Amino acid sequence: MARWQGQLIKIDDYRWKIPENYKTGMRVPGLIYASKEMLESICEEQTPEQVANVAFLPGIVGHSFAMPDIHWGYGFPIGGVAAMDVKDGVISPGGVGYDINCGVRLLRTSLSEAEVRPRINELINELFHNVPSGLGSEGKIKVSPKGMNQLMVEGARWAVKRGLGSEEDLVVTEEGGCIGGADPSKISDKAVKRGMPQSGTLGSGNHFLEVQVVKEIFDSHIASIMGIDEIGQILVLIHTGSRGFGHQVCTDHLRVMEGAVSKYGIRLPDRQLACAPIKSSEGQDYLAAMACAANYAWVNRQCIAHWTRESFSKVFGKSPEALGMKQIYDVAHNIAKIEEHTIDGRKLKVCVHRKGATRAFPAGHKDTPTCYKEVGQPVLVPGDMGRCSFIAAGTEKAMAETFGSTCHGAGRMLSRGAARRSVKGRDVLQELESRGITIKAGSLPSLAEEASQAYKDVTEVIDVVHHAGISRKVAMAIPMGVIKG
Amino acid sequence: MLFLYNGFRGMKRAFEIIDHTADVGIIAYGADIEELFSNAALAMFSLITEPESVEEKLHLDLEVSSEDRDSLLIEWLNELIYLFDVKHILFNHFDIKSLTHNELKATCYGEDFNPMKHKITAGVKAATYHMLKLDKSDDGFKAQVILDI
Repeated sequence: MARWQGQLIKIDDYRWKIPENYKTGMRVPGLIYASKEMLESICEEQTPEQVANVAFLPGIVGHSFAMPDIHWGYGFPIGGVAAMDVKDGVISPGGVGYDINCGVRLLRTSLSEAEVRPRINELINELFHNVPSGLGSEGKIKVSPKGMNQLMVEGARWAVKRGLGSEEDLVVTEEGGCIGGADPSKISDKAVKRGMPQSGTLGSGNHFLEVQVVKEIFDSHIASIMGIDEIGQILVLIHTGSRGFGHQVCTDHLRVMEGAVSKYGIRLPDRQLACAPIKSSEGQDYLAAMACAANYAWVNRQCIAHWTRESFSKVFGKSPEALGMKQIYDVAHNIAKIEEHTIDGRKLKVCVHRKGATRAFPAGHKDTPTCYKEVGQPVLVPGDMGRCSFIAAGTEKAMAETFGSTCHGAGRMLSRGAARRSVKGRDVLQELESRGITIKAGSLPSLAEEASQAYKDVTEVIDVVHHAGISRKVAMAIPMGVIKG
Repeated sequence: MLFLYNGFRGMKRAFEIIDHTADVGIIAYGADIEELFSNAALAMFSLITEPESVEEKLHLDLEVSSEDRDSLLIEWLNELIYLFDVKHILFNHFDIKSLTHNELKATCYGEDFNPMKHKITAGVKAATYHMLKLDKSDDGFKAQVILDI
């Protein structure tokens, strides 16, 4: 693919602007968060062009943002943030992505590396057995069509009511694990049929469950409020989304949006950016359907967290409470939310699209849970399976600058095909094992696709958002055991 | 460009697989539009499993409609993804009975997924409009589709 040759204006070491006059039709400038070195690789593909294309969307305010983990997506870049004025702006399913409410949940334990390391094989086998994963995996929870309707409306609470987790989990889940306005009548039969059997499954691709060891603490005050007290403490990270259900919802509504684009006379530089005015029936229908899929994903992570606790309990012979298995937080990183933000001194209701980006609300914000009110909302940034993951916290600067948003992960650098050609699944397995990481994967080729070489170094990504001030680095953890579909 | 397959009609190319950073793409060829749609579906199933491992044990009649020919191609592939995801059917042969600018009728041949026999190599979750191209040239038809995996 051709290198991007457009114009970028340096604002400071971590901010690069695509001027509004770069392309006729842009309504706001683009703003990319990256270091100079990262920018080189970002411009190797046409990703900045996608940042400019998003700036075409009606009602967009501020900037079309790109986080440092940005990579080329379809229509919207992955790592993109765009806020549209609810009054005259649009909502775009492409700005959310196919895997609606793909996200991460982090659990802490009071176990130490010394206690877990000798049992890691047993633990990973137990988790692999207990958490359905892999292509076409089907769940252990049986959901009827009527049950599906309840699940879509109630979100994570649906699982808690069935004994899978506690009220306490909901408090430390974005939106309390349930977006309001979910309307199952906006969901197709096809989506229901894809969703029912896959509820409570990890899935495949880049989704995983990881047993981690805290390796570094950067801010001990914030870390201790999150219950991260010492180096060597064991954490568990769960990364999954809304499976085939979300994909079908996106596919169904993109088709509706196709019609809306011509109906409302919207000019788009890329068909995949299909959208409709937020206030239109097409826009409202999508928001109601998206909420169903987002709630489905929160049920998914809620169930998996419960089975994770069960598995630890079985292996270590103690209750999850005795093992200190509390949830630190759960964030969505593919979502659109109606939020209030201050733009040019004016309070405005906007629809914030976060596609491969994480909400990063500051201390004191009304949506930051009480337990984190003093330090800001936890931000969970998983790296690739061979490197490390970060825990950060939201800041005032994110609120003022990026609609309270930050990065979501490492960001792909090599295509799946290129990753498969450059490394073999078996070699990845051996390399990880030689570094003390136990891994159980459904398929070897898919393991190669997720090799470290295929991703940007998450450390560079987190350093950019930390230095730019849109989140604060709190702690870093490395994997000890991984389950992949 | 990754793999090059020989088409089953003579020596013409049937399809190619192309790289896309987050996902994967296909380029399908066809002497006529029916062959193009058939080859696009074959390309997609070649990503999901090894095509030679699939036998023609069952068939299914399908009807797909859409607004225009480009979106018909996407709807067609999405319908097949849905059938694989929900009914777990792998297809390897497509007989396109009729195809207008917005409607398609086809008989699809294949078999039920059997984990002992079929190795699933990728979970294709959606056909996207991103970088979608469907062109006619002197040699016939060519289409490019990016798939979400």
